Amino acid sequence: MTHALPWLTLLIVIPLAGTLAVFLAKETQARLIALAATIVNLLVSLPLWWLFDASSTGMQFVEQAVWVSAPPIRYHLGLDGISLPLVLMTTALLPLCVLISWKAITTRVRSFMAMLLIMESAMIGVFAALDFVLFYVFWEAMLIPMYLLIGVWGGPNRLYAAIKFFLYTLAGSVLLLVAIIVLYFQGGHTFDILELSRGTYSHSLQMWLFLAFFAAFAVKVPMFPFHTWLPDAHVEAPTAGSVILASVLLKMGGYGFVRLSLPMLPDASKTFTPLMVALSIVAIIYGAYMALAQADLKKLIAYSSVSHMGFVTLGLFMFNQQGIEGAVMQMVNHGITTGALFLCVGAIYERTHSRMIADNVGLTKPMPRYATLLVIFALSSLGLPGTNSFVGEFLVLAGTFLWSKLATAAASLGVILAAAYILWMVQRVAFGVPSPQHLPKLKDLDQREMATLVPLVVLIFWIGLFPNPLLSRMHASVTTVIARVTPASTTVSATMSAQPHPVPASADPASLAPAGEPSQP
Amino acid sequence: MMFAPGDLLVILPELLVITAACLVLGLDPVTPPSRKDGLAWLSLGTLAICMGLTASQMSTPASAFGGIVIVDAYACFWKLLLYFVTGLTVLLSCSYLKEERLYFGEYYGFVLLALSGMMVMVSAADLLTIYLGTELMSLSLYVMAGLKRAEPRSLEASAKYFVLGAFSSGILLYGISLLYGATGSTRLPAIAAAIGGRGLDDPLLLFATILLAVGFGFKLAVVPFHMWTPDVYQGAPTSVTAFMAVASKAASFGAFLRVFVEGLGGLKANWTEIFLVLCVVTLILGNIVALVQTNIKRMLAYSSIAHAGYALIGVVAAGVAGGSTGARNGIAGVMLYLALYAFMTFGAFSIVAMLRKGGLEGEEIEDFTGLATRHPLAALLMLVFMVSLAGIPPTAGFIGKFYVFMAAVEAGLTWLAVLALVFAAISAYYYLRIVMVMYMREPGELTATSPRLVPSPALSIVLACAVAGVVLFGIYPNPIVNLATHAVLTLK
Repeated sequence: MTHALPWLTLLIVIPLAGTLAVFLAKETQARLIALAATIVNLLVSLPLWWLFDASSTGMQFVEQAVWVSAPPIRYHLGLDGISLPLVLMTTALLPLCVLISWKAITTRVRSFMAMLLIMESAMIGVFAALDFVLFYVFWEAMLIPMYLLIGVWGGPNRLYAAIKFFLYTLAGSVLLLVAIIVLYFQGGHTFDILELSRGTYSHSLQMWLFLAFFAAFAVKVPMFPFHTWLPDAHVEAPTAGSVILASVLLKMGGYGFVRLSLPMLPDASKTFTPLMVALSIVAIIYGAYMALAQADLKKLIAYSSVSHMGFVTLGLFMFNQQGIEGAVMQMVNHGITTGALFLCVGAIYERTHSRMIADNVGLTKPMPRYATLLVIFALSSLGLPGTNSFVGEFLVLAGTFLWSKLATAAASLGVILAAAYILWMVQRVAFGVPSPQHLPKLKDLDQREMATLVPLVVLIFWIGLFPNPLLSRMHASVTTVIARVTPASTTVSATMSAQPHPVPASADPASLAPAGEPSQP
Repeated sequence: MMFAPGDLLVILPELLVITAACLVLGLDPVTPPSRKDGLAWLSLGTLAICMGLTASQMSTPASAFGGIVIVDAYACFWKLLLYFVTGLTVLLSCSYLKEERLYFGEYYGFVLLALSGMMVMVSAADLLTIYLGTELMSLSLYVMAGLKRAEPRSLEASAKYFVLGAFSSGILLYGISLLYGATGSTRLPAIAAAIGGRGLDDPLLLFATILLAVGFGFKLAVVPFHMWTPDVYQGAPTSVTAFMAVASKAASFGAFLRVFVEGLGGLKANWTEIFLVLCVVTLILGNIVALVQTNIKRMLAYSSIAHAGYALIGVVAAGVAGGSTGARNGIAGVMLYLALYAFMTFGAFSIVAMLRKGGLEGEEIEDFTGLATRHPLAALLMLVFMVSLAGIPPTAGFIGKFYVFMAAVEAGLTWLAVLALVFAAISAYYYLRIVMVMYMREPGELTATSPRLVPSPALSIVLACAVAGVVLFGIYPNPIVNLATHAVLTLK
């Protein structure tokens, strides 16, 4: 399906145009221009939600042009039900990132805003690219702006964190480049992701390629034990940087697995399933335990990210409808909820200049609005039914249940631990006994900050109560992925439809188990 | 040998450059110091004319003097690159020489003489002619390296360069003479024919090949023949360093590829092994040693050594590849790599030259501290060049690496691509250190009090050209890729 407007190119070009405008404008106008650019981009991206045809299994909003003639590299963009939510999440979060940086960033504002905008372009490019080289270009193009965001505007230990982030992710992705080139020669001299996803490769080749993909994606996710850059980067990055890192950058790892590893390397994916599941469960539990022990709010959220992203990789490697849809849901939800939590930490850091839990105790009295929002986001993070995270985690666990009851039980531990570390944090930060000297001075959230946080509350409850619009847009695309990994998926579907209904809060339960319907491809 | 007047037409660009060189040398004493810039303009004009001539020669291959000189698309590709780099060198020198208080009109004469030597190198099809071109280039460069006569380091650079250069020329010549003994000719086609007739295990041939590899190894500055590079790059005036690092390397690669592919193609299996080893050690040593440098010119010297290693990947791939397309892709990869490398390396050296201001030497990495606050645009440009040198998209450096890695994987050398990429990731560390110093440290006392940096118009043009090349070819590489893949077809 082609549309008259080059939607995706617009989404990539608008932030770049904004970058240029920011550089040409005065320092004082940089914030406004960046805000305008990100909001325009959000407005441009919104129609995609309604224009998207949920029944189609193919790519939509496709754009194609020759980029390099030999070897054939194309400028090939398109969205399906997996990438659409991620693109919308990105465009929705970026205006909030600009807003939260309004007062927090005082030096080199122009460059800061420019980096945010370049990041937005590159991130949308990664989700929309359908040519492997194009994908890699966008993937790598994010490194430098992110490096600068952490290194220039970050905390005291920013230099170390920035270079660690950079080298980890670069080292991971160089192997991806070799894998891309090898695939080109083995997959019929093409870089087209869709064509490569239809090819068949020998099992031993798949194993090597899987490991190379894994190096790139596992670092980004980050999976245990490649997560060590994450706490450093999160803690040192400015708030907007943390939000981008947690909400969007981490999703690229998961997106890489579901868009590239699973369809291109189905046999290897199956072979590596036990390892992936084991690493995911370790990440879920280990991340949660580490979160329990943190005294620094940002570190706590960083480790909770490791735990939550474990659910993503767990769900992806279940190769069933619930698992993968749950994983994609979880990616979107984690983006919203963790982004919101980082925004909260940023807001309080502007006031107390400390991210330590001990310095931010008992905020309900001086900052009632803040405390209310914090509690909502915290409850969403621990997966309370009715909030968004519940849907994703529940689907992932339901999908895991089909594969192994033991794994499900182990992963569920993560949910319990999440309740522990989140509630403990809320208990202290919101309801603790405040230290008398500084709390009276604290001002509650102003309108700008409310404007930053309230949209996320809306999203949390909307997805939590009515996940179906989102899920229904994923069905066809996820079915395509599953059909690729398990060609004889009929038996799996039969067992799946026999399961009790996965999402009780869903408004339209019938569409939740589409794989069981014979009409699905 | 019959002399045909038409032959002169074929080498018209060379003749023009040499004439201009002589003109500059002759006019220099009668030009008042205030008008020395005129000599630079004369040089630039010549280059522009030559560029037009060579571009027109590109589509019609011609040979002259009984096949000693071949002007094919391959030679024209290198020549166009050399004109471009020489033009940038002249522009860069305009302002840099004033800053260094070096008023030598001869300078431009030597630049042009070196260029004429390089032009002969890339279009010669006879080993002795190539040798003559090499010597013409090297002798001019020896002088240019020592131009800062008052500075011991510059003199040391010149002397070291001269001694080691002469040594390597001797080895090269020895190799040529052995090859002549073994094959009875110094012409590349005749050598190729003779090798085809003899066995591959002829020790004389092998010894000659090794000597040629060593001789060219010095010129290309690959490990273990790189020893002169850091000292010379550091000691020479920065504009000369930029010229050496880019133009002389490109010309050496041009001649080297022609000799080994056209002349010694029959011994592929033998020389591939040599270059494979050289390539691996160059990648490792160049990148590792660059990590610990504190002087940016030395760091860039090691970086240029490492980049020669990346280019060699294409040579090795061409040697290993079975079919002719695979071999061509390897060679085209090398050509593309060197062309794109020219933009980023020249740009980086230009920024170094720009920082040379008043009392500030601008050569220590510390001198870049806080450049982002002192001169945001210069810092941004340096950032682009560093990112490109590290091979991160969307810059030209990525495109260059991408094509040599494509050739390597196509030739079945996946492990080499993996190794090279791992070292590319390591190299990111030292390139990013410059970025870190520029952006993430506040200016210190020395750098904060340094004079304001205002690039001269000429320098602005140089930087604009370099950054345009890095960014445009990074985003849309098609034109230069097509040029390289088209040019490589004429290489037999």
